[in-house]
Amino acid sequence: MWEQIRSNQVRSVFLIALIAGLLLAVGYFLGLYFFDSAVGGLVIALIVWAIMSLVAYFQGDSILLVMAKAKKIGPDDAPRLYNVVEEMKIASGLEKVPDVYIIDDPALNAFATGRDPSKASVAITSGLLQKLNRDELQGVIGHEIAHIKNRDVLLMAITAVMLGTIVILSWYATRVLIFGGMAGSGRRSSSRSGGGGGGAQAIILIVGLVLMILAPIMAQLIYYAISRKREYLADASSALYTRYPEGLASALEKIGGSTQQLKSANQATAPMYIINPFRKEGMKAADLTSTHPPISERVRILRAMAGGASFTDYNNAYRKVHSGKQAIISQTATAGIGAVGVRQASLSAPGELGLASGKAASKAAGTHEVSDLMLRLDKYRTVDCECGARWKIPPGFKDNNVLCTRCGRRIRL
Amino acid sequence: MIALWIVLGIVVILIFFIIGAYNGLVGFRNQVKNAWAQIDVQLKRRYDLIPNLVETVKGYAKHERETFEMVTKARNLAQQASSAGAAERGKLEGELGMALGRLLAVAEAYPELKANQNFLALQEELTSTENKISFSRQYYNDSVLKYNNKIQMFPSNVIAGMFSFKLGEFFEVTITVEKEAPKVSFT
Repeated sequence: MWEQIRSNQVRSVFLIALIAGLLLAVGYFLGLYFFDSAVGGLVIALIVWAIMSLVAYFQGDSILLVMAKAKKIGPDDAPRLYNVVEEMKIASGLEKVPDVYIIDDPALNAFATGRDPSKASVAITSGLLQKLNRDELQGVIGHEIAHIKNRDVLLMAITAVMLGTIVILSWYATRVLIFGGMAGSGRRSSSRSGGGGGGAQAIILIVGLVLMILAPIMAQLIYYAISRKREYLADASSALYTRYPEGLASALEKIGGSTQQLKSANQATAPMYIINPFRKEGMKAADLTSTHPPISERVRILRAMAGGASFTDYNNAYRKVHSGKQAIISQTATAGIGAVGVRQASLSAPGELGLASGKAASKAAGTHEVSDLMLRLDKYRTVDCECGARWKIPPGFKDNNVLCTRCGRRIRL
Repeated sequence: MIALWIVLGIVVILIFFIIGAYNGLVGFRNQVKNAWAQIDVQLKRRYDLIPNLVETVKGYAKHERETFEMVTKARNLAQQASSAGAAERGKLEGELGMALGRLLAVAEAYPELKANQNFLALQEELTSTENKISFSRQYYNDSVLKYNNKIQMFPSNVIAGMFSFKLGEFFEVTITVEKEAPKVSFT
């Protein structure tokens, strides 16, 4: 179980330790300022951290899904989506099919959540579901399942909580120090035993203040760095599961072509999405302040995999794109599975949930089906008029008949 | 006295190593078994889908008796062999896949059939089941590879030999057949 999270982890663990160090340092200086004892500050930092961790661990996924306004679906609501999730569950060797959610939003995005693989969920926006064909959907779901399988959700939750704690503590501490500085400093200096140590103490205090201001920024950069690394690993895993890197590549291209932002996303949850929900147009390559590597680069790596689908192929492709830099996925992860071939494309049109068919009709049909699905999830009823029109009746509708505006008939419900 | 302690230490380390290696091997073997069960589930699902699919297609394409018979025969053969080893099953499942491909190709020629909701739902189920079969096969073969590596590589091969762990069998579908496996086409 820890195989995946352990592999490729030396740097991730190092970065997490760095954030933990920052958290402790903030707590230490907080203690020095307000309680004259470093221990008190450390205790406060740890308590805040522990509470936030517990909330994130037990409620994180439901909070996230509620915030994203995600609706849970079953196998009959969207057969194709559900089937693809099952397929990827099998390919990844996950022990349980994750819950599947749809977010009614035209933005193109998807995310995974859940503290461990047996209690996980994947969510996808209705906009994305409409746009993708089966292979592309497989690539996207493969990427999300990889986040679950690689324990990224847990990893990013741990990091996000530490980041959050640092931000909260430093924010309050700097506010109090700057605005309450006059009153506070008098009390503080009087309570100290005066004398020779004053100079050294002043230096410590200044260092502490600088740290308080810089810590949130540093923690955030580290957080972004971890997130970007995990994105590469999830892309590589998706290619390995599907044996078809082109699926994810072309899905990413479609997603990259749209700049619509997801309304319900927020900064802390950004790493769980397939692309950065806050991305702006023309974002610079390898931007330090991004949770995700640039889409164009991810597509290029996937396309450069040259007939293979293993981690080794991904590494080689990464090196090709970055002209000879070091590998992105560690040796322990690439070993074990040998040469892995790529399968052929399946032929399917975008948007069909296993019901619509025919290429020409499929785009409109896909749109129709997804919107019908969303209405069904909202408990709308449908009635067919004799003239061929289909009416969707909202759940609160009281009358026992409706007027068909197309042909003028009254339809009984 | 010191020599005794050293010997004792070595023995303890050795015991821990044996326990670790043995448990590791058992873990891998269980993973292989579990992966095999996954394939089984999907193959059964395919056996169940075929009669429905044949019935639906029959309603529209009455003159394709030969194809129906071929599919039904291949299905029955494959189902009968469901307790056979991986190699034997691979061959029969490959033939079934080929027959199914032909059935779906036949369906292409009947536009009314392709507009039938029941057929489309079955087609989606079949596409997905084919995918699930190949993904579970892929996972099974990856598991077998890891397990076999463990059995054959030093030092775990010593333990594997001591407790006579047997090499896992890959599930291969014969190459010529695989090329013709159902490419479900929606055009």
